[in-house]
Amino acid sequence: MNAILEVEDVVRTFGAVRAVDGATFVVEEHSVTGLIGPNGAGKSTLFATIAGSLKLTSGRIVFDGRRIDRTPEYRVARAGVVRTYQAARVLTRMSVLDNVLLASTGHSGESLLGVVLRPRGWRNHEQRARARAFELLALVGLDAHRHAYAGTLSGGQRKLLDLARVLMLEPSLVLLDEPMAGVAPALRVELLEHILAVRRDRGITFLIVEHDLDFVMQAADRVVVMNEGRVLTVGTPAEVRANEQVVDAYLGTAH
Amino acid sequence: MSPPLLEVAGLEAGYDDALIVRGADLVAEREQIVAIVGPNGAGKSTLLKAIYGLIRPRGGSVRFEGEDVTGSRPDRLTKRGMNLVPQTENVFPTLTVAENLHVGSIVLPRAEREAEIARIFQLFPLLADRRRQRAGSLSGGQRKLVALGRALVTRPRLLLLDEPSAGLSPIAIDLVFEKLVEIRSLGIAVVMVEQNARRALALADVGYVLDTGRNAYTGPGRQLLDDPRVVELYLGGSSTIASSSTSTSTPSGMNPAT
Repeated sequence: MNAILEVEDVVRTFGAVRAVDGATFVVEEHSVTGLIGPNGAGKSTLFATIAGSLKLTSGRIVFDGRRIDRTPEYRVARAGVVRTYQAARVLTRMSVLDNVLLASTGHSGESLLGVVLRPRGWRNHEQRARARAFELLALVGLDAHRHAYAGTLSGGQRKLLDLARVLMLEPSLVLLDEPMAGVAPALRVELLEHILAVRRDRGITFLIVEHDLDFVMQAADRVVVMNEGRVLTVGTPAEVRANEQVVDAYLGTAH
Repeated sequence: MSPPLLEVAGLEAGYDDALIVRGADLVAEREQIVAIVGPNGAGKSTLLKAIYGLIRPRGGSVRFEGEDVTGSRPDRLTKRGMNLVPQTENVFPTLTVAENLHVGSIVLPRAEREAEIARIFQLFPLLADRRRQRAGSLSGGQRKLVALGRALVTRPRLLLLDEPSAGLSPIAIDLVFEKLVEIRSLGIAVVMVEQNARRALALADVGYVLDTGRNAYTGPGRQLLDDPRVVELYLGGSSTIASSSTSTSTPSGMNPAT
C-alpha cells in the first residue's frame, strides 16, 4: 500500500500546552482512516495542521511525496487535500446547485478579460461545471433537492451538500471533521454509504475525525488512536477495540 | 420510608432544536456518591445542568427531598440545600481564598457565615494555609478545592459536580477524590459527572451510564467497572449504526455498501 499522507513527529503548542506532542502515522491511499481519541487528545489540532489551517510548531507533513506543512491552506486544497468543517458551511440563501457550482475552480469568467476574449471557453466551462455538479449531487443523493434553498436542508443533508462541494475540487484526500455531528440517526447510514461509495467509485482517500465510534468502527479500514497529543496505536477497528491501552484512554484507570 | 434525597424521572432537556437528555432517570440517597458516566455527547453535563435549573427541563421531573423542584432557579435550589460546582470558571481568580468562601456564604444568615467558613478551613487545611492567597495563583487541584469549599459553605445536603477531574494532574485528582469520600462522611450526597469513568465508578456507591441522553446501565459502581458492555458503549461495538436509526432504506440511486 502507498502512503498518500505521512505525518512525522508533528508538534503543535499553544503557550505551555502541547496539544499535539510528537504525532506520527501514515494514511494509506484509497483507505478510510479514522482519527479518534478521548477529549483533549489533540485530534482537531492535528487535523487543522494537516489541512494547513494551523501552523505546526515542528515536524513534517508529506502529501503525495511533497511537504505541505509550510503551505497555506488554499494551496494545500489545490494540491488535493480538502477539509470539511464540523458545522457544514453552506450558503443558505442560494440553491443547492449554486452551492456546488461555487466550489468549481479555474473559471475563465473570473476575469473580465476571460469573459470578453473567450466567451466560448467561459460557456464551455460553465457547462462542464454544471454537468459535474449534477453528477455529484446524484452521487450524494441530493439531485431531487437541486433547486431548493440550501437553508431548507436538514443537518444531515447539509453534510451531504458539503461533501458534494468538496468533491467538486477533485481532491485525492478528503478530511472530514465530525461528519456525524448533528446528523439525525436516520441519515447516518446514508451518509456512511455515500462516503464508502465515493471511495469505491473515485478512489478518494478519507481521513475522518469522529466522536461517534460506532460509525468509525464501521467506516474505517484503519484507526489511528490519539491520547495526550501522541499516537497511542494504529490498527484495524477490531485491533483497536481489543487494545487495553485504548480502553484505558477512554475510560480512565481505576488505579 | 422517607423519599430519596434526589429523584429525577424522565427528564428531557436540550439546547435550541437539539434534545440532548431524552428521558433520564436518577436517584441519589443521602450519604451516597453517585457517578454519571458515558461517552462524549451522552448528555451527562446537560443532565446535571437541567437538575440544577441552569437550563429549563422540557419534560420529566426533579424532586428534592420529596418536593417538586423541576425548573427551579439555581439560587433557590442553593437555599434549599443543593449546590453545583461547575467544570470551569468556578472560582473568582482575583479574590483570595477567604474572599471566595465569603462570596459563597452570602446565602447564609450573616451571623452564621464566619463559623461556616471556619468549618471549611477545617475540612481543607491546605486552603487554610493559603487563605490570603489569590485563587488565581493556586494550582489546578487547589483551585478545585476552593470551588468545592465555595459550594460546601452553603451547607448543602446534595453537591453536584461537573467533571471534578477535568484538567487536573493525577496527584490533584487523588486529592479531590479523597475529599469526596470525606464529604460523603459528613452526610452530604455527591452526584458527579465524570469523564474518567473508571475512577468515578471505583469510588461511587451507584453508577449511571448514559448513552444518547438515556440510561443505558445502572448499578453499584464497582459492578459497572467490570461490565464489558460499558466498554463497548464507549468504543463502539457489535451494535451497528443502522440499529440506532429509524430507517435503513437505501439512498436514492445508490447501491447499499456491502
